[in-house]
Amino acid sequence: MSEFALQLLYTFDGTIRLATPLILCAMAGIFSERSGVIDISLEGKLLTGAFVAAAVAHTTGSPWLGVGGAILASVCMSMIHGFACITHRGNQVVSGLAINILASGLTVTIGIALFRQGGQTPLLAKGERFGPTEWWLVDLFNHVPILGTIYRELISGHNMLVYLALFLVPVSAFILYKTRFGLRLRAVGEVPAAVDSAGVSVIWLRYRALILAGLLCGIAGAYLSTAQGAGFVREMSAGKGYIALAAVIFGKWRPVPALLACLLFGFLESASSRLEGVPLPLIGEVPTQLMLALPYIMTVLLLAGFIGKANPPKAIGEPYIK
Amino acid sequence: MSAVTPPLPRWADVFLLPIINLSIALIICGVIIFAIGENPWTALIVMLKGAFVFPGSLGYTLYYTTNFIFTGLAVAVAFHAMMFNIGGEGQAYVGGLGAGLVAVFLAPSLPLLIALPLAIMMAALFGAFWGLVPGYLQAKRGSHIVITTIMFNFIAASLMVWLLSGPLMAPGQMSSQTVRIAESAEMAKIASLLGYVGFKVASSPLNLSFVLAIIALFVFWVLIWKTKLGYEIRAVGQNPEAAHYAGINVSRIIIITLAISGGIAGLMSVNEILGVQHKVILNFTAGFGFTGIAVSLMGRNHPIGIFLASLLFGALYQGGAELDFEFRTITREVVLLIQGLIILFCGALVHMLNPPMARLLARLIKPKELDHV
Repeated sequence: MSEFALQLLYTFDGTIRLATPLILCAMAGIFSERSGVIDISLEGKLLTGAFVAAAVAHTTGSPWLGVGGAILASVCMSMIHGFACITHRGNQVVSGLAINILASGLTVTIGIALFRQGGQTPLLAKGERFGPTEWWLVDLFNHVPILGTIYRELISGHNMLVYLALFLVPVSAFILYKTRFGLRLRAVGEVPAAVDSAGVSVIWLRYRALILAGLLCGIAGAYLSTAQGAGFVREMSAGKGYIALAAVIFGKWRPVPALLACLLFGFLESASSRLEGVPLPLIGEVPTQLMLALPYIMTVLLLAGFIGKANPPKAIGEPYIK
Repeated sequence: MSAVTPPLPRWADVFLLPIINLSIALIICGVIIFAIGENPWTALIVMLKGAFVFPGSLGYTLYYTTNFIFTGLAVAVAFHAMMFNIGGEGQAYVGGLGAGLVAVFLAPSLPLLIALPLAIMMAALFGAFWGLVPGYLQAKRGSHIVITTIMFNFIAASLMVWLLSGPLMAPGQMSSQTVRIAESAEMAKIASLLGYVGFKVASSPLNLSFVLAIIALFVFWVLIWKTKLGYEIRAVGQNPEAAHYAGINVSRIIIITLAISGGIAGLMSVNEILGVQHKVILNFTAGFGFTGIAVSLMGRNHPIGIFLASLLFGALYQGGAELDFEFRTITREVVLLIQGLIILFCGALVHMLNPPMARLLARLIKPKELDHV
């Protein structure tokens, strides 16, 4: 394989690793926003999940218990959001912002109290985190030219949570489009009054959407600290929740297009780190900051209707009053 | 929600509710500190001493207060038009670029009387531009202001990293920052000004930007309640359709409001860049833009409320820094906790406390009124 093709393959490999937390958070955002609840608190839930996963994995020695803890904590954050905006009809953006700031403060404060390492968790040992999984027949396929390399580098060798994230995309699409719950969830984000008059509780439906969102963000958080990284570092979500929100909008609130947006954004991040200081043919050296800012710029352009049109769920942001 | 809720008296809305909200936030925070194994009361005393008592501490508190007045006012202006400007962080950041460009490149050849006002103006103009674009996209293209301003925060951050580690980076060193600004564009320190007239006070970063912030509070009050534009802003905020039928150009008002909001946020950089850092550095906004949201919510979008809330957050930030020295297990991040809780209770959960409070007050106050009859 040529050097260029190999570099490209590594970039795609990095794309999948970097896109995984975005994919999980984007699915979370879709459930929440499709039910009519704006969710800028993806970021805070992600950060909370990352911290709790690392703390539990370190204490118990089991990464799966870490995932469980992360889900629990992230769902708790989601429930605060629900309590404020569904039960008490508060402003959804304000509530989301409060949760993000709370998460920043809580993770560091509790982190210092538990581990005395300036807000980090101790470095996780090998058994306490998700390692790469070797797929069957990697050694056998290894001898097949090109396809063998692609199989080894791109498809095999990721950790369990990467595959889980990819698996959860069709699951999310199935829930949204093929189940009664999904139909009602979509309806409650468009015309909640209709759902209500059909005798289905708007409040309970939205709460369930937020529980799903919390669950998915928890897994994403666990991925950050116990699969991609080896421990929690303060502010380790680093805006990924917001990029995921951009991906939700970019994917027009649908799972598969949102997945593609996440992969695109992941690719930009992966490529930017490989292209740092490397001049490209024809266009020269591309500032990495520009590539990192592209997801945000593209989302702004899309929202403004300059590239396609993004129509949010009709009832989004509006508390339901009987 | 069957019982008719009487309206909350104005004094209760402005004073009582914020105090109750603050108390709840402090109590929850105290419980967390207690659970960690420290004494919340001792922590509070340390914070109060750190904010007001130690030499120079008051200056530091007021220096933080200055930042929060600007970012709080920025959010409040937009709130009056029912626009949620969550992009104060980016607008202040880009404002710093405007101030820095003048202060670094033009100011060396200009006298103070021209350089300083020009730098301040550019801070406001650059910030205004960073608010105007999302405002335009909201008014004319229907993009949600919250999402656009969030995106603009990140775009601003990328832009500044690129500029400060590239074209604008000071030569001959490794950190991403500009060269030092010219002295003619510096905001004078209040401690040294007081020194000239014979008062000796401990040195602190407090500078003339504080005076600018106080002026901004007053101008804000005049703008919102005493001018036609302010009336139109509030009309659009109360009911855009009614405003439209009253002949107000709603799109225009939204764009202008967001530009004003961004401009005020941009002025925050005057305090940081021209007053304290004396060069444009990475992340000088440090989350102050987001704190502005808490300040505005707590200050009920009124200048006096915003001043008091800014003072509170100034004290929390300065006092919180003191926690780092006095405790091993609690740090200034506790302040973020308080901030998050305040946004939660003052903002998101405002409907939880309001109606029961109003009913309670109505029950307490009514008998007295009957006596008068």
